[in-house]
Amino acid sequence: MRIATILAAAALVVFAPALEAKTLRWSSQGDITTMDPHGNNEGLTNGFLGHIYEPLVCRDKQLKIEPCLALSWELQNPTTMRFKLRPNVRFHDGSPFSADDVVFTIERALSDTSNFKPYLAGVKQARKVDDLTVEILTDGPVPVLLPQLTRVLIMSKAWCTKHNVMKPQDYRNKEETYASRNANGTGPYVFRSREADVKTVAVANSNWWGKMEGNVNEIVYMPIKSDATRLAALLSGEIDFVLDPSPQDIARLKQDPKIKVVEGMEYRTIFLGMDQKRDELQYSSVKGKNPFKDKRVREAMQNAIDLNAIKSQVMRGLSVPTAVMFAPQVDGYPKDLDVVKKPDLEKAKRLIADAGYAQGFEVTLDCPNNRYIADEKICVAVAGMLSKINVKVKVNAMPRAQYFPKIQNNDTSFYMLGWGVPTLDSQYALQSLIRTAIPKTADGDYNLGRYSNPKVDDAIDKLKTELDAKKRAALAREASLIHVQDVGHIPLHFQVIPWAMRSNVSVVHLASNDLLAKWVKIQ
Amino acid sequence: MLAFVLRRILQGVLVMLVVGFIAFGLFNFVGDPVALMLPPEATGADREQMRQLLGLDKPFYAQFATFLGNAVQGNFGISLRLGRPVSTLIVERLPATLELAVMAALIGLLVGIPMGVYTALRRDSWVSRALLTTSLVGVSLPNFLIGIFLILIFAVWLGLLPSFGRGDTVNLGFWSTGLLTKSGLKALILPSITLGFFPVTVIMRLVRAEMVEVLRTDYVKFARARGLTDRTVQFRHALKNTLIPVITIAGLQLGAIIAFAIVTETVFQWPGMGLLFIQAVQFADIPVMAAYLCLVGLIFVMINLIVDMLYYVVDPRLRVERSTVGH
Repeated sequence: MRIATILAAAALVVFAPALEAKTLRWSSQGDITTMDPHGNNEGLTNGFLGHIYEPLVCRDKQLKIEPCLALSWELQNPTTMRFKLRPNVRFHDGSPFSADDVVFTIERALSDTSNFKPYLAGVKQARKVDDLTVEILTDGPVPVLLPQLTRVLIMSKAWCTKHNVMKPQDYRNKEETYASRNANGTGPYVFRSREADVKTVAVANSNWWGKMEGNVNEIVYMPIKSDATRLAALLSGEIDFVLDPSPQDIARLKQDPKIKVVEGMEYRTIFLGMDQKRDELQYSSVKGKNPFKDKRVREAMQNAIDLNAIKSQVMRGLSVPTAVMFAPQVDGYPKDLDVVKKPDLEKAKRLIADAGYAQGFEVTLDCPNNRYIADEKICVAVAGMLSKINVKVKVNAMPRAQYFPKIQNNDTSFYMLGWGVPTLDSQYALQSLIRTAIPKTADGDYNLGRYSNPKVDDAIDKLKTELDAKKRAALAREASLIHVQDVGHIPLHFQVIPWAMRSNVSVVHLASNDLLAKWVKIQ
Repeated sequence: MLAFVLRRILQGVLVMLVVGFIAFGLFNFVGDPVALMLPPEATGADREQMRQLLGLDKPFYAQFATFLGNAVQGNFGISLRLGRPVSTLIVERLPATLELAVMAALIGLLVGIPMGVYTALRRDSWVSRALLTTSLVGVSLPNFLIGIFLILIFAVWLGLLPSFGRGDTVNLGFWSTGLLTKSGLKALILPSITLGFFPVTVIMRLVRAEMVEVLRTDYVKFARARGLTDRTVQFRHALKNTLIPVITIAGLQLGAIIAFAIVTETVFQWPGMGLLFIQAVQFADIPVMAAYLCLVGLIFVMINLIVDMLYYVVDPRLRVERSTVGH
């Protein structure tokens, strides 16, 4: 009997039929905005187009860099990277892929109507060496070239020329471009049809060079704006996967045997920033001076905020409290510095009294209300915690379309921000968030409280051209250490993002919040 | 008659201008689309360039003038969210909204009128009381809640009807219809009931009130005195006269249904103009918002114009020249 069972089990393993090809129907709140891979630099759009188009280098399941359209690469000199391209790759229209397409794509992504210039920061041009060899030339050493290139999807030169889409959509024109509603990539899925706000369909590419690990032969993306309806559609089985279930539904979804919830950490840090530049805060009761310039005030506030309470009470467990500005997946993450201290009210009160604010003060905390998980609630919780040291916080929450223009103009005294690191390299966070701002450059362009420390700047500037991984990690740690000691910002947590799906679906959860159908299996 | 119509049309144009102006004024408060179009890592220079590209760097009145100039030519620009001409988007979405609105209006009439008649004739029966009480609930329950309840019952629990979308559609030239496929018809049921709920209650209460009024009039009493059957009196005489104001209200309701389809379309992910608008608001997609508000304004102006003209035909007093009315 036992033997029979074992035999039966073995037979099942050996003779288990290959999984039948299935359709993956998935949904989230908003729609994909365009099919042009250089048209709109937005998470969902990039994620979907990653099925159809491919970059030179990809990321694997652990988000490590792996060959894609480039088979290998080598630094010729500090400003030239040479790529050997994958042979025998064809675009979906049948035309062969070659170095010309790479040169063209770099040019297109650098053109004035492109939204992808940030991913080519430092890149001057691409040069064809032969049909399957291409060189990318940079202004100076660009250590993050490969991570950046994972976001630049390769288009066909011939196709773009034929359909007159040599440049991404120009909003001054009255016509939409061909490339915004059609697609021709080299990726595992072929674009089939699209109806804005209804559905977008792609089918498996039988001529793909790679190996499809999953069994999804068709992907149908259908946006559903209303949270409740999206969930209802998942429960009723009309869709298989929801990328963004609302946090308050997670507990209930976990109870449902038909539904599976997969959680993973996103590489996004939520933190608070304080105006440390102005001599008088714009939105505060303190006149004639700026309390945030005093490190003791910043430290007092940090000691008054209980990150674990925010995690359990506001985030329903969906956060990982932190003391640093970028996540463990990011190269250069200073593990030894990421120690979340227990809140210490006594110390906080002492510090703020030493600074001369025993009576406290009033300040306005600007906060988005539709950008990050529970963003406004976090701000309200922070306000409650700070009231214990007599800092009266008025929460000023607003939609992101209004919030970002406001804080981008430094029109804030105290704000909340979330920062993702798509390059997975610390430089991206350090340069934008912590380095002293230089207008019109990436330096400090999101250092909205204008924290400034020359030693930090020094380390970051070295980081920008250092190519050696170990030295880079040391520099990132150095900058982080000083910043943590200065309490330049108050880091809160990394977001944990839950994905909900029917229980017969298995996926690979990525910190980039991208669903990749090539790895999805449906029973 | 011609002067009357011309005057009405002129007034309509004025209303449209005011609508456009107010709509444009409001856009200063919806936020900056550039913040959503560019990634956070874009530099200040990138954002400035995009703003210039979109003409957002110009002052309000200059933007408004450009908008008016283009709108007159039927060009509402490119949607910032979808990168497609707004006029194309609206033409694509119009059939979905109109099919839903017409279906909801039909439900309003075909359910509301009989219920109104019944409650007027059997004023004291418990069914009438129940209907009247339910209609109060219908008036006061928010639309999205009704939608969610219907989804919960018919999609999640019973699994009979789809919870979102429009099903398969068939393209008849420029008109894409969901009325010719089974899944399209199934998808239409829940949204049209949700959207039709309010008109049903309004029409029912209106018919009831009018009918009760008419039943008290002398000619109804005379008809009864002539020995006509109840049936003939109620339906031939009373109902006919009841329906005149009902048709006017129903016409105006149609405008309201089209305009307020926003909520229902959002709940059911119905790909109509309302959904287009609500997503435009979140994205600060100014061209789409402007075009939508103008279109809804236009629909109301036209319905009002038609109703006014109908009055003119029906009511002889309006035809008298103003000068002769004076004292």
